[in-house]
Amino acid sequence: MSAHLPAIQIVVPLLAAALCVLVPWKRVSWGIAFAGSVTAFFAAIGLLSRVLDGEEIRYALGGWAAPWGIEYRIDAVNALVLLIVAGIGVVVTPFALKSVERELDGRRIPLFYGAWMLCLCGLLGIAITGDAFNIFVFLEISSLSAYALIAMGSDRRALVSAFRYLIMGSVGASFIVIGIGLLYVETGTLNLADLAERLPALHGERTVLVAFAFLTVGTSLKLALFPLHLWLPNAYTFAPSAVTAFLAATATKVAVYVLLRFFFTVFGTAYSFEQLRLGVWLLPLALVAIFTMSLVAIFQGNVKRMLAYSSVAQIGYIILGVSFASVTGLTAATLHLFNHALMKGALFLALGCVMYRVGSVHIDALRGLGRRMPWTMAAFTAGGLSLIGVPLTVGFVSKWFLVLGALEQGMWPVAALVLVTSTMAVVYIWRVVEAIYFGEPSPRAESATEAPLSLLVPTWALIVANLYFGIDATLTTSVAGQAARTLLGGAP
Amino acid sequence: MRDQIILRIAAKILVGPILLFALYVQFHGDYGPGGGFQAGVIFAAGIILYALVFGLDQARAVIPMGVVMWCGTLGVLIFGGVGVVAMLMGGNYLDYGVLLHDASHAQHIGILLVEAGVLVTVFGVMVTLFYSFAGRRRAG
Repeated sequence: MSAHLPAIQIVVPLLAAALCVLVPWKRVSWGIAFAGSVTAFFAAIGLLSRVLDGEEIRYALGGWAAPWGIEYRIDAVNALVLLIVAGIGVVVTPFALKSVERELDGRRIPLFYGAWMLCLCGLLGIAITGDAFNIFVFLEISSLSAYALIAMGSDRRALVSAFRYLIMGSVGASFIVIGIGLLYVETGTLNLADLAERLPALHGERTVLVAFAFLTVGTSLKLALFPLHLWLPNAYTFAPSAVTAFLAATATKVAVYVLLRFFFTVFGTAYSFEQLRLGVWLLPLALVAIFTMSLVAIFQGNVKRMLAYSSVAQIGYIILGVSFASVTGLTAATLHLFNHALMKGALFLALGCVMYRVGSVHIDALRGLGRRMPWTMAAFTAGGLSLIGVPLTVGFVSKWFLVLGALEQGMWPVAALVLVTSTMAVVYIWRVVEAIYFGEPSPRAESATEAPLSLLVPTWALIVANLYFGIDATLTTSVAGQAARTLLGGAP
Repeated sequence: MRDQIILRIAAKILVGPILLFALYVQFHGDYGPGGGFQAGVIFAAGIILYALVFGLDQARAVIPMGVVMWCGTLGVLIFGGVGVVAMLMGGNYLDYGVLLHDASHAQHIGILLVEAGVLVTVFGVMVTLFYSFAGRRRAG
């Protein structure tokens, strides 16, 4: 059966989505979703372990050989992304059981888990496929289900923010499909590896340049690169807690993967970074994103929104690593994909616990909760430390590689700016921590008790991962390093 | 539209042939233009025409909302199920060649089953969308 792991990875969540909607009982529906996410997680582990043995996995769907048929092709880069998505899925789905029952209308819960599994299927599909048009199809599957998931938020503003995300997301998706269409016109193929072979001969063509531009802008919209991030803060703020945690940890990461795949594998480093000098454009955008978004985060009253702005800043760090186009820079970027998923997942899950007990995630509602919900608040603080980049957490490991990458390029001011902006994270995390431990409890916080175990265990699972991979980073850095070398075209 | 006698009679005459034509497009799909998606749309158009002329309640009495939503997901299961069966019989996912002894015959059966899944889903989703939007004001 292990030969079919690539198919199982996608098919099980897809069929689970259909089954979730068919059953009328919400707990059964959750059970199916949980079984689907567990299967996907083990499939992702199986694929990663095979890739780490130096194998490049290829799977021809329907028995049609590439480049005519659609093929799934897995190397170190997408095996890591698959593990991130499936891992977050398996942690957040148990959390969703109680959190979603509290925040959603009961009749909608089977539909919620249907959309949940479709979103997981779509995100995994983008990562696993080796076909450009297939990327677009899975992108639409994940985006459409994400719009529905966000719109299910209990606040009525969720509808407006989901609609806004829909407009921006559709513009992004259309740009991507225009780009893919132009590439198809020019080369006559949709297979990514085949495209990579045929494009170098066409590097002077105007059509290829336009395709490159459309793909870059479209994907940047999806990954919320400054200044195309405007959909993100509201979408994350008003979505149900479990959805925010899941999307914040996975959706933008998968979009970054698409960007990496097109920049490095399909168009090639020589075209993207030497001929078009993309680094010159990405570097300032990343720095502005990090600086302004960290600044905006400091002034947010709603903690969920604060973390959403911080997410845009963190994407800036990832893009900063990409802009160096070096092994160290790309290691930092892929490492931060993984690490940021762990820390933001943990922080949003901790906020989900607060939402469950207190019913609000405004900073005033968190006042004095340190004594009422000690475990939740300890988790939030630990996640915050990781976001800042304190040693012994994953945040430190990715910042370390990022600074190394900047120094390697001789960019001292950039390295200094990374360190300065980390202190901005100290400011916005400290505001919350101060309110939690030193504030006078509000009447609602006074009556709050510790969150139930089914919410605490997933939250702490991510916190433990934050600490574990912060202390022993050999596994993550070796996978990220292998991914970086694969992207730059060297031996894996 | 109860007083529009011409519309009612015309609709009554047309609904049957429309549904039949949908099935023709479905089963003709592997020899000529057509297939599950088009057939699903035509089949749904038949139901929607019926609902437009005879009212939403009449249409819901023929095919309730629950059934069309169920169809929407059932089709996905048929499509995915064919793929899984192919996988269990030793081929790759959706490799119909292994479904029967004779590979070309098996390809034929496989695509027919998959297209049937597409028909059921497209029909279900189209009618679900129509019911939801048409019933918006009344459900409140």
